[in-house]
Amino acid sequence: MGSEFVQLSLTPMLIGILAAIACALPGNFLVLRRQALIGDAISHVVLPGIVAAFLITGSVSTWPMLLGAAGAAVVAVVLIEAIKRLGRIEPGAAMGVVFTSLFAAGVLLLEQSDTSSVHLDVEHALYGNLESLIWFAAEDWSSLVDSAALRELPPELFRMAGAAFVIALLTLIFWRPLKLSTFDEAFARAVGIPTVAVSLGLVIVSAVAAVAAFDAVGSIIVIAMFICPPAAARLMTNRLERQVFWSIVFATLSAVLGYVLAGYGPLWLGGEHAVSAAGMIATVSGLILALAALFGPHRSRIGAPTGS
Amino acid sequence: MGTTLCLASRERPSLTDPARSPFAISELTVSYGEKPAVLSIDATVPAGSMTAIIGPNGAGKSTLLKAALGMVPRLSGAVTVYGEPVEKSLHRIAYVPQRASVDWDFPTRVIDVVLMGLYRELGLLRPVRARHRERALACLERVGMADFAARQIGQLSGGQQQRVFLARALAQDAELYLLDEPFAGVDAATERAIITVLKDLNAEGRTVICVHHDLATVADYFDHVLLINVRKVAEGPVATAFTPENLQKTYGGRLATAHIDQLKLPAA
Amino acid sequence: MLEAFLDALLLQAGYNAALVALGAGLLGVAAGSSGAFLFLRKRALVSDAIAHATLPGVGLAYIVMVMLGGEGRSLPGLLLGSALSAGAGLLAVQWLVARTRLAEDAAIGAVLSVFFGFGIVLLTVIQNMSRGYQAGLEGFLLGSTAGMLFQDALLIAAGGALAVAFTFLFRRPMTITAFDPEFAATAGIDIRRMDLAMMGLVMGVTVIGLKLVGLILIVAMLIIPPVTARLWSERTEHVVLIAGLFGGLSGYLGAALSASAPNLPTGPIIVLIAFSLFVLSLLAAPRRGLLAGARLRQRYRKSLHRHQGLLAIARNDAVRNPATLKLLRREGLIGRDGTATEKGRDLAATAARNEKRWALARQLYTDDVQAGGYDGSRPIEELLTRDAIAQIDERLGEASRDS
Repeated sequence: MGSEFVQLSLTPMLIGILAAIACALPGNFLVLRRQALIGDAISHVVLPGIVAAFLITGSVSTWPMLLGAAGAAVVAVVLIEAIKRLGRIEPGAAMGVVFTSLFAAGVLLLEQSDTSSVHLDVEHALYGNLESLIWFAAEDWSSLVDSAALRELPPELFRMAGAAFVIALLTLIFWRPLKLSTFDEAFARAVGIPTVAVSLGLVIVSAVAAVAAFDAVGSIIVIAMFICPPAAARLMTNRLERQVFWSIVFATLSAVLGYVLAGYGPLWLGGEHAVSAAGMIATVSGLILALAALFGPHRSRIGAPTGS
Repeated sequence: MGTTLCLASRERPSLTDPARSPFAISELTVSYGEKPAVLSIDATVPAGSMTAIIGPNGAGKSTLLKAALGMVPRLSGAVTVYGEPVEKSLHRIAYVPQRASVDWDFPTRVIDVVLMGLYRELGLLRPVRARHRERALACLERVGMADFAARQIGQLSGGQQQRVFLARALAQDAELYLLDEPFAGVDAATERAIITVLKDLNAEGRTVICVHHDLATVADYFDHVLLINVRKVAEGPVATAFTPENLQKTYGGRLATAHIDQLKLPAA
Repeated sequence: MLEAFLDALLLQAGYNAALVALGAGLLGVAAGSSGAFLFLRKRALVSDAIAHATLPGVGLAYIVMVMLGGEGRSLPGLLLGSALSAGAGLLAVQWLVARTRLAEDAAIGAVLSVFFGFGIVLLTVIQNMSRGYQAGLEGFLLGSTAGMLFQDALLIAAGGALAVAFTFLFRRPMTITAFDPEFAATAGIDIRRMDLAMMGLVMGVTVIGLKLVGLILIVAMLIIPPVTARLWSERTEHVVLIAGLFGGLSGYLGAALSASAPNLPTGPIIVLIAFSLFVLSLLAAPRRGLLAGARLRQRYRKSLHRHQGLLAIARNDAVRNPATLKLLRREGLIGRDGTATEKGRDLAATAARNEKRWALARQLYTDDVQAGGYDGSRPIEELLTRDAIAQIDERLGEASRDS
């Protein structure tokens, strides 16, 4: 059990946890700012970004793709803003116009280009391939101190760990301006916080999280982790610090439970094959949200419902 | 005017009989989360009155109207219109929401908004005929907006938007008119046009209830008041209920005594 | 390629291509017109949740049909399943918004990602069940037009016609609900039911469009044409009609174009054509378009110059600004010698009177942005009601008597 676990499950699970946390951190602010669907939009436009990067460089190496995807996210945000202002269109619809069109462009580019030689297709973009990120060189737990084996760790792990670390660090450093401008943008501006830069920074950090996670686990987890753990956490507490803490707990729980259920669930039920880990992690995060919505101590609204 | 009605109500006590009242509320409570917005309010609006609902910001004035009409869930309480449950009497009511509650960039023209008032008559499929259009235009004429019929609503000023809302309510030809802050942020000419129309409606025997915030005009515009601040403070004819003591109780420290002196209060 | 495109456009490119083009056109009409109401209600992205929530239904329907010994790929069965799970997704969004403190955007995002994730799980279950045998359900992600059958086209046509009929039938209550839900509630419209109807309509269109353009891109067909149509008209009925028209046009043109060359998948092409129509409209639409905006600013600047010039004439001042001078000369308001013509003096008197009226209006009107922003570019009758003008004139009369 030990050796098999270390070889097959340890790294995908770690990557899953790191991806979940990297997305859930900025997700807290997106949810509070009513910008949850920016996460949705970003994860859809990642596809045209990486396809464009592939067409330009002709290879599926990491850095061009990350840059392409981040670039696409920025293009999408700029386009949404432009359409909102120039056409006087409400933000939701403007978002809908932009991300579906960019996604369509991505699919078309993909069909038009010869990608038969490389592993690049829409399905992979949507739900990634977490199960394949195994640590082939590992024998058992002792491999954790074996430098030769450690060198063979899947590169996605380091990338994801790096992204999660940077995002956590940025969240800590910019905690105050983020919190202030999310709560009361006008006040934040009045005390000299560059609120436009803060919200653009939040979008870019979200894009970085989306892109880094997307590479390993596909965009479906990205959307789910942007929204479900923070939303569930919001129903647990009225304090931002605790909400962020809960969201990390829920994100980790989703990743671990989802991965285990996808890998072993079917076996327990008498099946022979695992099911999609990405899909299962999203499903578990949804179940957690449902539980929080039913039983969370701070689930109901204070004050009048906004909107209609 | 207040005195005549005061006399009338003394002569005919049946006016305060909930079964005949166009708008009677009993023990109405509304809460958002655990915070009550309206707490156990009773009120019986006399038929044919011009009633003002008065209270400070956040006192639950608009919430009271919305809850009475079923737009906000009631925690408890009953609302009747001429003795019938309000849900069955909506066709007798015309409601004018706050101007700020809609998107004025919506793609629709002034005349189309007024025609919405004829929805009960037109239903799903009946075509809009010339006589419907004429009626809508006549309503616009009454509020001085006939020249603006073909305008997109976004091009109107705030006062003009309020007039369009009133025209839509006129098209409904109701017995009871409920208006949420009809004079909020409108110009002097519009305020005059609106109060003229409301007084005309009242003279035709219809009951008018307004959420109102300008204490200076209460005595001029209305004959009956309901003072609330989450709970009911006072209710009755302007002459007896709209008193400095009651206002002090409603507004607490928020109302300076000097301010009260400037109001045209009935001689107590 | 052009020839192939024209052939496809005229339905001469073969039986299947003709079916696809007609089906896509009809779907576009239905999606555009039914999406318009959701857009006007400011809930365009609910369609995103609905669309993604169809996936688990497709998977479950397949599994159930196979378990019952059926073929599993029967389209009506799969669509029924997708409708059921989309309905569940819709209710989940409603429930989260009504019962918890979460805002609608978070509810939409949560439902779409979780349902979609669960759908992916089911797809892998099916892959394992059929062991290498392609169930072909991936086609529902991005749509596939290959092997479209006559029955499929018929289904789209019937469903589309039904959706359009439904839109027509409920156009009045849906319009009132979208514009002013508070009023709608008192006008005898059940808003909850009307909202559900609106979204149910979109759900129906999503389901019939799944096969053709797939669940991700159907969202585009529901959102882009209404947004485009909004740029062209200021009337609800027209927005809905134009949205149907643009939707149909994108569907038909897109299908024809995709049939005329290899590697042009139908769904993305349709979406990109719809987007191109949007960009064109954003540039060229009257009033709301960017070009119209630029023209309007130009005219505005001119009228400002004219107004300033006329006021100067009324004061017997010399007009100095060369641009103003040129404009007044060209319009025959001022002669070569720099003195005002008769027409110029007439207009100057009007301008001066209006300026006085506005000076007073600015004092009287606390609310009026228009009064404050008056610049003489438009006649006063266009901006103020008659009684307001009368009130101002009355005061002006008093003022001149006093002086």
